[in-house]
Amino acid sequence: MSNKAMKININGQSFTVDADPNMPLLWALRDMLQLTGTKYGCGAGLCGACTIHVDGEPARACLTSLKQVADKAVTTIEGLEFEQLKQAWAQHNVPQCGFCQAGQLMSAAALLAKHPKPADAQIDEAMSGNICRCGTYTRIKSAIKATTGGYQASHSAAASMEVEA
Amino acid sequence: MSQFNAVKNFSRRDVLKLFGATGGGLALGASGLTWSPAVMAQSQESRLNLFIAIGDDDKVYLTCHRSEMGQGIRTGIPQVLADELGAAWEQVVVVQGLADKRYGSQNTDGSRSIRNGFDKMREMGAIARTMLEQAAANKWQVDVAEVSTDNGKVVHVSSGKQARFGDLAHAASQLPLPDVSTLTLKPAKDYTHIGASHRIVDMQDMLNGQAQYGHDITLDNMLHASIVHPPVVGSDIASLDDSAARKVAGVVDVIVMPVFKGAPLFQPLGGVAVIATNTWSAMQGRKALQITWKASVNDSHDSDSYLKSLVDKVSKPAKVVRQQGPEVSDWPSEQTISALYTAPYLAHAPMETPAATAHVTEQGCEVWASTQTPQRAQQVIAAALGLAEEQVTVHVTLLGGGFGRKSKPDYCAEAAMLSAQLKRPVKVCWTREDDIQNGYLHAISAQHYQAKFDAQGKPVAILQRTGFPSIGSTFQEGAEYPAGWELDLGFVDVPLAIDSLRCEAVSATAHTRIGWVRSVCNIQHGFGIGSFVDELAVKAGQSAPQMWKQLLGPLRQEQFKEQGFQYGNYGEDLARHPVDISRYHGVIDAVEQAMLAHGKPKANQGWGFAVHRSFAAFVATAILVEVDAGKVQVLQAISAIDAGTVVNPDRAKSQTEGAIMFGLSLAMMGEISFNQGKVQQSNFHDYPMLRMAQCPAIETIVIASNAAPGGVGEPGVPPVAASLTNAIFAASGQRIRTLPVNQHLKV
Repeated sequence: MSNKAMKININGQSFTVDADPNMPLLWALRDMLQLTGTKYGCGAGLCGACTIHVDGEPARACLTSLKQVADKAVTTIEGLEFEQLKQAWAQHNVPQCGFCQAGQLMSAAALLAKHPKPADAQIDEAMSGNICRCGTYTRIKSAIKATTGGYQASHSAAASMEVEA
Repeated sequence: MSQFNAVKNFSRRDVLKLFGATGGGLALGASGLTWSPAVMAQSQESRLNLFIAIGDDDKVYLTCHRSEMGQGIRTGIPQVLADELGAAWEQVVVVQGLADKRYGSQNTDGSRSIRNGFDKMREMGAIARTMLEQAAANKWQVDVAEVSTDNGKVVHVSSGKQARFGDLAHAASQLPLPDVSTLTLKPAKDYTHIGASHRIVDMQDMLNGQAQYGHDITLDNMLHASIVHPPVVGSDIASLDDSAARKVAGVVDVIVMPVFKGAPLFQPLGGVAVIATNTWSAMQGRKALQITWKASVNDSHDSDSYLKSLVDKVSKPAKVVRQQGPEVSDWPSEQTISALYTAPYLAHAPMETPAATAHVTEQGCEVWASTQTPQRAQQVIAAALGLAEEQVTVHVTLLGGGFGRKSKPDYCAEAAMLSAQLKRPVKVCWTREDDIQNGYLHAISAQHYQAKFDAQGKPVAILQRTGFPSIGSTFQEGAEYPAGWELDLGFVDVPLAIDSLRCEAVSATAHTRIGWVRSVCNIQHGFGIGSFVDELAVKAGQSAPQMWKQLLGPLRQEQFKEQGFQYGNYGEDLARHPVDISRYHGVIDAVEQAMLAHGKPKANQGWGFAVHRSFAAFVATAILVEVDAGKVQVLQAISAIDAGTVVNPDRAKSQTEGAIMFGLSLAMMGEISFNQGKVQQSNFHDYPMLRMAQCPAIETIVIASNAAPGGVGEPGVPPVAASLTNAIFAASGQRIRTLPVNQHLKV
């Protein structure tokens, strides 16, 4: 398919990207917008390293095409405003290599937006799409449980800034 | 310019002493030792030695010359430097070292960064501290013996004078470097940063998506490459039609990469690179390639039949690699038990696939790579491009996991070769499929163990045989026997105090690139001996910890003298890093106590236990499982690690937690198989990793010790697989001798 100029809303900013509408958002974020916090791990929705929020819902950026997010609000790790969660992560010294952690944080934030005090089974269910090869799961679970204050996911696609890419 | 004087005052003998290179010791892998602790000062900072510079702003710039892949080395090395220096942690800024021989070896594998670097980093800290103290003494006109550093200040206690490091650093940098023999190092009781669980220095960047990994490098005018590697190692392109690929929007070029000749080494595999303006276009382009492949000598490789042949070989007498006591030829069946264990090929599968970005210009090559071995990357690139090593600059990014894969810089050479051809910066990121199908695999293996009991049921003889394609085959064509150092990894070095112990190894031809994966041959050997000792315990009606203590015998430091082999001990002196039976007991007792605190297992539950020494550290692991309706659930894991002096206890704990997960992943689900020379798995759906819902509760115990620091990253892995299968036996009576567990039970 040929390229097309599309407006996408990311972290409250409106970007115009000139790309194939079938391109997964992951590659537009990483290669065209230099938002490299969202990671490639498998390209097949199996590992969760590329987890983002689309209208507040967790999604895998490697399986989400540009045309699917045309009128949606996308939040990436760079736009995740949830200090209590990040503090809990730091206090539990969660990351090892850190590569999967953006995806882990995005999944955890989406969980806490729905369930501010999740049970173990809810945590397992919400987080089991995210692989951590270093094996930080027990600390992730502890950090999620220690996070006080729910998360208000962004649902607004209203552009506050126009950026060409 | 005074730094040149400083260099003169610092003798070559001192340099050698710092790196333990006197008296025939190891030169830390640096061929032609060019390391020097003194380099030119820069404009805004005063450099006191190769690892330490102090800014006018009072910041302390500490160089980490090893690669960060989750083990916490970018925090650990600065902790050791800062401790002797007397710096406040808040002052510390960590600088990542480029590939540079002056650092000595930068090869970040073998769990040896702290083990090898601890004393040297302390000396670097002490050199810089001594110079700051001397500068203060000169300024204050007092005896230097009365001056010390404390929490980021230089102080003269009796007069109450104190000064910032930043105010003295320039004067200090003019002073001669002190003779190493005059340095006084702190006693352990005065450590301030060593032994403190400082938060990892990259935390904020990791939480905000700003941390820079190999995948994240972006250069102006950069192109993205995705490479189709040969499906069978060694096969070359027979025909290529790239016309459709070239029509994909964003595709710039299609380049054929040469297939390596001879032993694999760290040479690129060859294949076809699709070059595009973005990763997705490159991936779409490669899907549109039409490639047929020539025959390869490895076309017939089938892992099932290969494993059968290994099993046959280890069931027959083979090459003796260690004989302790007299050989036993009489094995009456009523007094003998034997068992055969197998483990499959494994891929590293770090979350970040191999990635490197190169920019080749007329001056040379600059590379940004997710590499465990920047100097080797430099060498491989220089050889591939016909450059001098000094023309290749290697920047080390954060590594999104390594586990040994990123010790092999084939992908760095790929980026450099493509950039040289395209005359633009090129980033190579392997796809997950590339990573799983074209890596340097942990070897498939089979092991035979047999033991003879006396009339009282006590084991008196053990015969063990191991068979696996050697890592040596990656470096030398036709290498068919395990290298001595591979057998040292948990096979010949288990200090069994038994009348007769015979160790044999069989030959095995490699049909793929064999590499080292976290804990290397300890994976299969830890599984073998850890399982067999449990089988002996069951036979004798003892607990596994009891049987281990019986087999390990009297408290001693095992020397392995006169047994037909020279124990390598991970490159360490046995006096400094002894095979100490009391330290085995320490971790065994710690885990046994923790296990007992959990109470008796419920119905369908059982504990398993194993202990293993590797990388100069001792780890015991106990695992509690429940087996019900053909499914195993891992409920609890306990590991105790004695790694001697530990720089950052929290990171030692997190590495040990991670090692449990790594061990569980491989034991429960890890299997790479070959059919017609091709890897059958491709992504996380068929090469799965442990997920949160499968993850047990974990307890880790770090044994307090002032012994020389041992390894931390790898030693936690080897006892896990056996502990798991032993637990499954305890819970269900089912003895699993062939990994992975999911061939037998749902996981």
